[in-house]
Amino acid sequence: MWFFNSPEVVFGPGALSYLDELPGRRAFIVTDPTLHALGFTERVAGHLRTAGLEVDHFAEVEPEPSLATVYRGAEAIRAFEPDWIVGLGGGSAMDAAKAMWVLYERHDLQVDEISPMVALGLGARARLITIPTTAGTGAEVTWALVLTDTAEGRKLGLGSRETMATLAVVDPELTTRLPARITADTGLDVLVHAVEGYTGSWHNDFSDGLCLKAAQMVFDYLPRAVADGADAEAREKMANAAAIAGLGFGNAMAALAHAMGHALGAVFHQPHGRCVGLYLPYTIEFVVAGGESRYADIAHALRLPADDEATGAATLVEAIRGLMRQIDEPTTVAGMGVSPDDHEAAIERLCDLAEGDTQIVISVRIPARDELAALFRYAYDGRKPEWL
Amino acid sequence: MAYIFPSEEWVAQLRAKINSSAAYASSAKTWEGDFHFIVEPTGTMKEPVKLYLDLWHGQCRDAYLVKAEDDKKPEFIIAGSLETYRRIFDKKLDPIQALMSRKLKLQGNMGKVMRAVKATLDLVNCAASVDTTYPNAA
Repeated sequence: MWFFNSPEVVFGPGALSYLDELPGRRAFIVTDPTLHALGFTERVAGHLRTAGLEVDHFAEVEPEPSLATVYRGAEAIRAFEPDWIVGLGGGSAMDAAKAMWVLYERHDLQVDEISPMVALGLGARARLITIPTTAGTGAEVTWALVLTDTAEGRKLGLGSRETMATLAVVDPELTTRLPARITADTGLDVLVHAVEGYTGSWHNDFSDGLCLKAAQMVFDYLPRAVADGADAEAREKMANAAAIAGLGFGNAMAALAHAMGHALGAVFHQPHGRCVGLYLPYTIEFVVAGGESRYADIAHALRLPADDEATGAATLVEAIRGLMRQIDEPTTVAGMGVSPDDHEAAIERLCDLAEGDTQIVISVRIPARDELAALFRYAYDGRKPEWL
Repeated sequence: MAYIFPSEEWVAQLRAKINSSAAYASSAKTWEGDFHFIVEPTGTMKEPVKLYLDLWHGQCRDAYLVKAEDDKKPEFIIAGSLETYRRIFDKKLDPIQALMSRKLKLQGNMGKVMRAVKATLDLVNCAASVDTTYPNAA
């Protein structure tokens, strides 16, 4: 028994205008200071006011949002008593909004109690709208949320199937000003969601088609979106691809590249999409060598040679590395500027973090500790170990 | 020889499997926490059955079938039907999916368990490696 969860998704250029007729009394926007300064809060608030809603906001969400920020935002929400909460931004703002929503509805809970094991009973006071301003995390259509416990220096992977937005507004016009580097980083995240959602052990009939479609769209449109941010069609397709991949992997989970990428990001503070994207080809090579995988399906969907699983995986790896070079993303950790000494000194920590990451067990081939260390070293300089 | 799950003999076998598992020793090397695994009544089982496991730094320090008078309060309690345990041991149900879908009910710090998912999987692999039979099939 498993589930497929999804919000209502409004998409396409001008999707934001759907808010002009939103029923309700008060809406509270949760976002970050940069987007607020760029006028995004006011742009969304304008639509909500058109619908006759009172609007307030909290624009203090930082990258990798802390528990303290979430509690502070929840206090502001309680004071305003909205019936809609709007998460506006990248994954950080949307994840923070999900957690604030829970605290608003459930005064008796602490943030780290948000889990699939607890019936939350959300919706009595407010519902959640997610509005992404990047094309990457898919957080607009997933129920998972990642926060940072600054006191203990660790990330908290939380969530419940109840922390899913009621409405996701995917308007590509909100992504047109994204810089090329962020477009590339976040776009790679979409590809990893698609590939790992399709090939992980929790893949299912409902998510498979979404993952294949999203992978095709990334190869077709990410290079264009990076090369020319004003390419409206590429922006629209990437915004849609991010949500489609989010629905795919959000209902099937990510896997080894995410576990390793989370570890690298935590230690060397590199962007999430760049980290998980970098490890994807290496983890494909590792998994396919174990004899049980589904990469040929993806290669086939991309019209790559895929007569058998090994060929499909090899051509997929080659295509991913080609895409990364095309959008000027590093293909090795050394290429990120991490020194060999720093990387070697961090190997045990990287392995500890990856082994403690929920996503690692979703891989159809779970590396032993020595294999994991070897994979990290392989991805450092691209020198393939003999055993792989 | 097949051991009936849940029973004193079965849990003793599980302890032996855990303590000989290099994979579990590695993935659970920092784990500290004890459990009651409760098997809910079904069929010929008229009462819930509790198994106690004390897991510490990749080893099982103690494991037994809990008697009625035992008042130990473990850090975690996991409860589920015999069928759910069986499906997990038969690798037909992912243990994390079982927790997330509330087929297995957890009392205790879910976050701590979710940070030890590989250890959880290795623990299930140990359980799956015990030659097991079930009351209704006996």
